[in-house]
Amino acid sequence: MRLNVTINDAPRQADGVWEGESLLSALRDHLDLPGSKNACEQGECGSCSVYLDGELVCSCLVLAAQAEGREVVTVEGIAPPEGGLHEVQRAFVETGGVQCGFCTPGLIVASHDLLNRNPRPSDPEIREALAGNLCRCTGYEKIIDAVRLAAERMAPAEDSAA
Amino acid sequence: MEILRPDTLSEALEMKAAHPGARPIAGGTDLMVELNFDRTRPEEIIDLARVPELREHGRTNGTHRIGAGVSYTRLIAELGEQLPGLAIASRTVGSPQIRNRGTVGGNLGTSSPAGDGLAPLFASDAVVEVASAERGARRVPVAEFVTGPKRNALADDELIVAFEIAPAGGPQQFAKIGTRNAMVIAVCSLSVHLWPEERAVKACIGSAGPTPIRATAAEAFIAGVLDEHGLWESRAAIDPAGVKEFGRLVEAGARPIDDVRGTAAYRHHALGVLGRRTLQWTWNEYRGEA
Repeated sequence: MRLNVTINDAPRQADGVWEGESLLSALRDHLDLPGSKNACEQGECGSCSVYLDGELVCSCLVLAAQAEGREVVTVEGIAPPEGGLHEVQRAFVETGGVQCGFCTPGLIVASHDLLNRNPRPSDPEIREALAGNLCRCTGYEKIIDAVRLAAERMAPAEDSAA
Repeated sequence: MEILRPDTLSEALEMKAAHPGARPIAGGTDLMVELNFDRTRPEEIIDLARVPELREHGRTNGTHRIGAGVSYTRLIAELGEQLPGLAIASRTVGSPQIRNRGTVGGNLGTSSPAGDGLAPLFASDAVVEVASAERGARRVPVAEFVTGPKRNALADDELIVAFEIAPAGGPQQFAKIGTRNAMVIAVCSLSVHLWPEERAVKACIGSAGPTPIRATAAEAFIAGVLDEHGLWESRAAIDPAGVKEFGRLVEAGARPIDDVRGTAAYRHHALGVLGRRTLQWTWNEYRGEA
């Protein structure tokens, strides 16, 4: 089948997508967007996290056909279009939140979603928000440091005095 | 494989009638795993995510009617105050990603005894609304809807449309045993809902039997204790022996098996503990409301 979907603000089209295929496979195998990682294919690991119409989802659990006509934002769409890294990405690099890097795209998108919804999360809120993303390298502490750092840098100026 | 994309409920029901073997998909958190692991290859899939009627909820004559496609995230945010037991259970489902997609309709459709959304429905005597193009809607009490492990009363030409549930009449709790606080299929779980107007405590055991199981012996026992000592009126503490016996009867009411998540013996034991805890949590909250 043919899939029409807006990805990272650009209309995209993919041909030859199998009807039973996941959005994750469509992104990686048909749309040249390998940033979202394929690991568990059952929603356990979060490494395929993307936004679907503004909601954080596991793209392995979305039927590609369900994304027809909808808006998807992948990890490739997180960095500013003019170049460089998003604050969340920069914070992951600086704190050592990136080690082997496999879980990183999913954690970047999930952290980005958290800070959109809640610019000043507490530690328990960070842990709950990232509970669906597995990392086998860092032990999570550096990742939580990264989210705290990104929150600090992204928070509106009037808040940071508080 | 063919993807059917109805825009309305009546269209969806027509499609289901024409293709009784079609698998409905909404959040995809169950069906996609089957597809990804090559466990199912249905001829047709009906995408219910575009059917607006399934994503609505409202209240008539005091009862909530909640579309089968309302996500756990929305249940928590939009109905958490009216349905605290279901909201607490919803918050233990998967992860934010899963809660954004998963639905109670999906829990009902899959009818796994471990579906976290089911026990709170049983403890509130919820009613499931199903419909077909030919026979229209029918309403089935949830305890009659779930008939066995992954079996339910849904006919081949029917879809789950909504569920009806009363707003909390008193404190409600849900507790779940698992290896983590997230991404866990329950080893066992327990919902306890107090209904002071009915002078009833309703308790439902999850993931420790072929279906969710109402702990009827525990319910009858504690109702007797509360009546006998006038505790609904006095809001005094329940005697520790009464709490203990409630836990013992919850424990005895389970019908678990040994499986990869835990042994039957462990599940019995854990449910006794959850029984004592959730009864005390809800009762202490009730006492504090005076």
